[in-house]
Amino acid sequence: MEYEAVIGLEIHAQLLTDSKAFCSCTTRFGAEPNSNTCPICLGMPGVLPVLNGKALEFTVKMAIACNCRINEFSRFARKNYYYPDLPKNYQISQYELPISEKGFVEIETSQGKRQIGLTRIHMEEDAGKLIHDETNPVSYVDLNRTGVPLIEIVSEPEIRTPEEAGAFLRELRAVLVYLGICDGNMEEGSFRCDANVSVRPKGEQTLGVKTELKNMNSFRFVERGLQFEIDRQIEMLKAGERIVQETRLFDSATGTTASMRSKEYAHDYRYFPDPDLLPIRVEPALVERLRAELPELPSEKKARFVDEFGIPAYDAGVLTASRYLAEYFEETVKLFPKPKMVSNWIMTELMRRLKGEECGIDSCPIRVEQLAALLKLVDDGSISGKIAKTVFDEMYDTGKDPSAIIEEKGLVQISDQDELVQIARKVLEDNPSEVEKYLAGRTKLMGFFVGQVMKATQGKANPAMVNQILVEELKKR
Amino acid sequence: MSALHEHTAAQLAEMLRKKEASSVEITRSVLERIDAVEEKLGCYVTVSPEEAVKMAEEADRRLALGDVKPLTGIPMAIKDNMCRKGHRATCASKILYNFYPPYDSTVVRLLKEEGMVILGSANMDEFAMGSSTETSYWGPTRNPWNVEMIPGGSSGGSAAAVAAGEAVVSLGSDTGGSIRLPAAFCSVSGIKPTYGVVSRYGLVAYASSLDQIGPIARDVRDIALVLNIICGHDPKDSTSVPRDYPDFTSFLDKPVKGMKIGLPREFFDKLEDPDVNRVMKETREIYQGFGVSFVDLSLPHLDYALAAYYIIAPSEASSNLARYDGVKYGYRAENFDGMIDMYCQSRAEGFGAEVKRRIMLGTYALSSGYYDAYYLKAAKIRTLITNDFRKAFEECDAILCPTAPSPPFRIGEKMDDPIQMYLTDVFTIPVNMAGLPGMAIPGGFSSDGLPIGIQLVASHFEEARLVQLSSAFQNETDHHLKRPSL
Amino acid sequence: MKITAEQVEYVALLGRLALTPEEKKKYSAQLDDILKYMDMLAEVPTDDVEPLAGPVKLFTPLREDKVEPSLSVEDALRNAPAVTGSSLRVPKVIE
Repeated sequence: MEYEAVIGLEIHAQLLTDSKAFCSCTTRFGAEPNSNTCPICLGMPGVLPVLNGKALEFTVKMAIACNCRINEFSRFARKNYYYPDLPKNYQISQYELPISEKGFVEIETSQGKRQIGLTRIHMEEDAGKLIHDETNPVSYVDLNRTGVPLIEIVSEPEIRTPEEAGAFLRELRAVLVYLGICDGNMEEGSFRCDANVSVRPKGEQTLGVKTELKNMNSFRFVERGLQFEIDRQIEMLKAGERIVQETRLFDSATGTTASMRSKEYAHDYRYFPDPDLLPIRVEPALVERLRAELPELPSEKKARFVDEFGIPAYDAGVLTASRYLAEYFEETVKLFPKPKMVSNWIMTELMRRLKGEECGIDSCPIRVEQLAALLKLVDDGSISGKIAKTVFDEMYDTGKDPSAIIEEKGLVQISDQDELVQIARKVLEDNPSEVEKYLAGRTKLMGFFVGQVMKATQGKANPAMVNQILVEELKKR
Repeated sequence: MSALHEHTAAQLAEMLRKKEASSVEITRSVLERIDAVEEKLGCYVTVSPEEAVKMAEEADRRLALGDVKPLTGIPMAIKDNMCRKGHRATCASKILYNFYPPYDSTVVRLLKEEGMVILGSANMDEFAMGSSTETSYWGPTRNPWNVEMIPGGSSGGSAAAVAAGEAVVSLGSDTGGSIRLPAAFCSVSGIKPTYGVVSRYGLVAYASSLDQIGPIARDVRDIALVLNIICGHDPKDSTSVPRDYPDFTSFLDKPVKGMKIGLPREFFDKLEDPDVNRVMKETREIYQGFGVSFVDLSLPHLDYALAAYYIIAPSEASSNLARYDGVKYGYRAENFDGMIDMYCQSRAEGFGAEVKRRIMLGTYALSSGYYDAYYLKAAKIRTLITNDFRKAFEECDAILCPTAPSPPFRIGEKMDDPIQMYLTDVFTIPVNMAGLPGMAIPGGFSSDGLPIGIQLVASHFEEARLVQLSSAFQNETDHHLKRPSL
Repeated sequence: MKITAEQVEYVALLGRLALTPEEKKKYSAQLDDILKYMDMLAEVPTDDVEPLAGPVKLFTPLREDKVEPSLSVEDALRNAPAVTGSSLRVPKVIE
């Protein structure tokens, strides 16, 4: 029997506001535990929350970008559960009336394009952090993160493969980063993903028993965790076993998932409207203003890159996956208007050095002006492509301008006709037997002569000119 | 001449302006009174005499410089559920026995700006849950008119202190009658303003959608003076209503002729106590004498208010009180086995019986499978009650009813019968459910000399009208001038 | 009975209250009485009635996204029953 997986994702993204969701403490994490706290985020007796307007705007922006319906009227609800990182022992969240519902994002995988539906996007507050003591039976509570605004994005259970899940997450993260409302850092937890996974025989309509996967803090881990869990569930079903509804943790060291095994206390969150906050109103005029302010989104930018710069869709996809990479590309093209050459250099040399998607272009040591200057030198024949790669690495390591490196290392291409003729003649004089063989018809030896010239010039000779000069000099023999 | 502590705030303010007394003298007089009668009554959880004298000295400096506001230098008490930086706020609970807030509540900030002298924090039912001030971890407060009797609750300490001269005025909080009931039972005046008029920032929450701070005083003039200080929009409280408030003292002594007072039959049908009936009848006659007319009304959903309240308030409380867990502040049990047990033991040892009862009730009402039948149903009934009142105020300017169905009862009498205890608030709770302003003023005494209060209720933000009607009544009667002998 | 012994235990755990056997008995009986009293609400037809979460008929105000100073760590932790360094200390939380 063939099985298919049913995956729903729940994403939490920390919003890049200056202050917390319901108090004025900074969202920048201090080194010292509990240094960014006040009576409100500490949940002291008597305190009251007041909503950060920026956090609301950010949430609405994301909802617009994800094609959601924005509810003009929504509400905060309390989600009640006891945990030491949650000082009030309830989380201000949303339940019955979220800020937005029913959206979608478009993803592209090896199977083509698809829309993945979103159930809702709502706003809530983050919890603090717990550190477990290695040797003693105690844990330590740091409430600096408590109250940082989060949005929760819930997908419909429409994702079928780990690849789709990965594409969906990458797209969501790209949108968040484009909007400038989340830094999208999965390792540091500002962009987090939990997954609900079940499997069922292909063609079946009813859903199988699902498990909830947690602790997957990179795109790769999400894909690996899902694959492991899908395989595990299918094997269990094939062996006639029952799947238990539970929460499982992904272990990145082994690539497996394991049951949390904690005493399962009933999740009875007792949601009810938070009486300390009044209903939220998002006026249609605000939605329109935010819609107008929306930057170009990844999918739009991708289409434009193909259109405007004539680069392949694949290249455009890679370049626009990150807002900053796309900006880097466009800025470079402005200074050096050969888009295909720019995209080739970014996608090969630059991405190689940036070590893939997790390392940000924003920390790239090569400025766009410097990259454009390097490409100009290649383009006008001042240096060879090969030397340019050497120069590029040096630029990446030192941050120096290409011209400085070329001068320092004497890497300027020799394009002086007289000089090259002198060198070519010397090479032919030093190798009389090869000249004889060449003249006798072994024209393949041309490569040898070119190599000798290059060797004599430490690779700086203009290859095209060398070829031409050698042909002419040999004719004279 | 009577002792300084027996005067009203308005009288003392006049004496301060005329330099007939200093704030330090007044404060010392009240502190001496506290020394003399506090042991009998138990009005306070914490008295801070040195701090109070310091505040009085500061007030005297301000008075000397002419930098004065109407109540600068007047000694008063706050309730033990109001945060004051560096001063213990326990909510009369073991679970907060050692809690020192690192911040000022908005009302405390306003009192400080006015230059009032804060004597200390008054006793109350634990977390304001009660009608008798018997559930305090620190022991009960006794009624100054008869120490065998309860003073009403939950702001029993605030009301008894004002009645006994242990404070000139005080603040209470009222979730289902907790200002008006003790005011009535102690024969002082008290108002619960419209929900959203006084900031709740720094008031330790019992039921957030019902809690409201208000003043307790010896007469309506003092009530008006304190309202002028504490009413106002606060950006720290999202439920605080932005609007301008009048000078409430300008409504004192204003004629009430031509006003219409509504008499809801659902309230009066229930009256069984002959003393309460007599007081209500006398009250009507007095108002009639002013040229006020009466309208018979029906508030059809009034009978459901109590049941709905005892779902909504405990539901909110179960969530509001979740934070008392022995992690960040307050009491932590000594013996426990793991994290969850630490919570369970700390809360079991830290909370008293009534608080636990309401946490259980509220947790149940919100729990999976019961939410619709309890919390949601009650929230809908709340709409119906609010609508009833709205319709009623189309026909009248204010509603008159008793504050409580009977005079104060004996200490211990209703401690083991929660429903009987809850029924004490049958006349006050509907007002909180609709978020309306309600004023309790002394209406007379029972045959055995126990206070009986009357209650006036007005439409939202019509506190001034309550001041006007109450002031007319007090200009004509002397119930509010009587003092208990201690 | 409106409420069973198991429900009382479940609710006590949800509300994190350790109850003695006597308390369980007492609360069972009292909650039962109270819930019976609440039964009267069922007679009120409310199908078309909107619930009221609070009396204020306004929308929640918005704060400017402006940072203000936090408490000192000392003030933040002054009331804490158990502290290690500048962290709150609790019994080990098992994940």
